[in-house]
Amino acid sequence: MAQANQSRFLTVVYRSYVTIFFLYLVAPLLAAGVFAFNDSLFPALPWQGFTLDWFFNDTEPKLGMFHDERLLRGLKNSVYIGVIVSALAVIAGTCNAFLFERKQFPFKNALYILMVVPLVIPGVILGISILVFASMIANGIDAATGVNVKWLRPGIPLIVLGQFSFLTTITSLVIAARLQKFDIALEEAALNLGASRSRVLMTVTLPFLFPALFSAFVVSFLVSFENFNTTLMLVGSDAPLTITMYDRVVKVGSTPVLNAVSVFLMIASGSLALLSVLIQRNKD
Amino acid sequence: MRSDAGKLSLILLMAPFALWILLLIVLPQLGIGYVSLREKVGPGQFTFGFGNYLDFLGEPIYWNTLLRTAWMSILVTILALLVGFPVAYYIAKMARQRSRAALFLLCLIPLWVSDLVRAFGWIVLLRETGLVSGALQWAGLISGPVELLYNDVTVVIGLVYTVVLFMIVPLVSTLDGMDDALLEAGYNLGGSRLTVFRRIIVPYAMPGIVAGCIITFMLTAGSYLTPILLGGKNSSWFTEQIYNQFITRYNWEAGATFGVLLLGFTSLVIWLGLKLTGQSLATTVAKD
Repeated sequence: MAQANQSRFLTVVYRSYVTIFFLYLVAPLLAAGVFAFNDSLFPALPWQGFTLDWFFNDTEPKLGMFHDERLLRGLKNSVYIGVIVSALAVIAGTCNAFLFERKQFPFKNALYILMVVPLVIPGVILGISILVFASMIANGIDAATGVNVKWLRPGIPLIVLGQFSFLTTITSLVIAARLQKFDIALEEAALNLGASRSRVLMTVTLPFLFPALFSAFVVSFLVSFENFNTTLMLVGSDAPLTITMYDRVVKVGSTPVLNAVSVFLMIASGSLALLSVLIQRNKD
Repeated sequence: MRSDAGKLSLILLMAPFALWILLLIVLPQLGIGYVSLREKVGPGQFTFGFGNYLDFLGEPIYWNTLLRTAWMSILVTILALLVGFPVAYYIAKMARQRSRAALFLLCLIPLWVSDLVRAFGWIVLLRETGLVSGALQWAGLISGPVELLYNDVTVVIGLVYTVVLFMIVPLVSTLDGMDDALLEAGYNLGGSRLTVFRRIIVPYAMPGIVAGCIITFMLTAGSYLTPILLGGKNSSWFTEQIYNQFITRYNWEAGATFGVLLLGFTSLVIWLGLKLTGQSLATTVAKD
C-alpha cells in the first residue's frame, strides 16, 4: 500500500515537472505574441486594450508591420533566399542520397562522415570561412584581370552559398532515410516491363520520394528563414528579415511591431511545419 | 556497357557532392587556416607565422572569453541533458499513444521559431518593465522594479531554452525503440529503480545522449544572439569577438585566428565525447 502511494506520488511529481517544462517552453513565445495586440507604444504592461494597429496601421508612431518598408523588404529577401537555397539543397541532397544509398565507391565511410561534418561546424565559422574564401577568389580575379566579381562579395549570393553549405547535409539525410525504405524490386519490375531508366526514375522512384523531398524543402526553407549566425557574416546591403529585426532590437530597442513580426513568423512557420508533418504521415 | 553506364552515373552523382564539400567546406576552412597564419607587416605585405596565435595568448581578455564560452557551453549542455531527459522519457515511454504525438509536436514547434523571436520573448518577460518583474511586485515579493536581464544566470537559462529541443528530439527517437520488456526483466531480477535506470535505460539511450550533447554543445558554443541579447553588450561571448574582429575592426587575420580556435575547440570536445562513449559521428548525429 505504502509502495503504491509512493509510486502515485512520484507520478504526480513527474507529471508536474513535465507540465512546468512545457510552460517554460511556451512562456517566451506567449510573451512575444500577446503584446503584438496591446494598444501601447511599448511591449509591456499595463494592458491598454486590444488592437491590430501593429499589423495594419499605416501612420507613425504606430506603424504596422505590413506598412513598414524595411521589414517588408527583409521579408521579401528572406523568402527569395529561402526558396532558392531550399531548391538547390533538395537537388544536391537527392544526388547525395542516391550516391550513398545506391553506389559503391572507395572511401565511402570517410566521405559519409565528411557529408555529416557541416552539421557540427558552428554557423559563425561557416560564415566567416566562406566570406574569406570568396574574397580570396574575388581578389585573385581582380588582381589578374581587373574584373570585380560582385557576387563573391557579401550579399544575397553569398548568403545562399553559406546556407546551402549546411542545409545540404540536412536534406541529404532526410532524403536518404526515405530512399533506404524503397523496395528496389519495384524498380526492377518496371525495368523488366520495358520502361527506360529515366522513365522508372520519373514514374516510380521520385513519386515514392516525394514526401521526403517536400519535407526536406520545408525544413530547409524554415531553417534558412530563421538562420542568423551564418547569414550575419555574409550579409550585404539586402538584409533578410532576421537581420533587419536584430538591427531594430539593437538600435531602436523593443517596439511592439517586433512582437507583431514574431506572431506572423510563429503562425507562418508553425503552419508550414505542420503541413510537412501531415504530408509525411499521410504517405507513410 | 552496363558497367560503363554505372560508372558514368557514379561520376554524375559524385560531382555535386565533391563540388559542395570541396568548395564550401574544405577549401574555406583551409582558407581561414591560411589567413590566421598571415601577419600584416605593411599595406598589402604579409609574412607567415604563429604571431596571431601568440597575440591571442598574450591578451587575457581573448583567452578568458574563450574559456568562459567553453565552460558555459559545457554547463548548458549538462543542464539541457538533465532538464531534457525526463521530458524525453515521458514522451517516449509514459505518455499514451495519442498524447505522445501531440507532446512531440509541441516540442518541435518552438524549434521552428527563430532564435531571435525566442530571445525577444525572454526580453519582454525579464527586463525591468517586464512581466516577471511586474508579477513579483504585484505579489508583494519585491518593492521596486528589478532588472533580470544582463546576468549570467539569465544567459544560461536562455541558452538551455534555445538548445534543449535539440537534446530532446534525438533522445525521444532512441528511447522510442527501447523494448519495455527490458525494464520488466530488470525489475524482475530485483533491480531497484536506480539500478534499472543506470544499467539499462542510460546505456540504451547512449547514442541519443551523445547525439543530443554534440548538437547542443556545438549550437551553444557557436551561438550569438542569445548571449548578446540576454547578456548585454558585455556578455563576453567568443563568437562576438569573432564578429568584432571581422566586421567592426576589419582585422581578418585576428578574426580567422579566433575562428580556427573556436572550431578546434568544439571539434576537440566533440571528438573526446565520441571517443569516451565509443560512438561515431555517422551513428549518432546522422540518425535523426
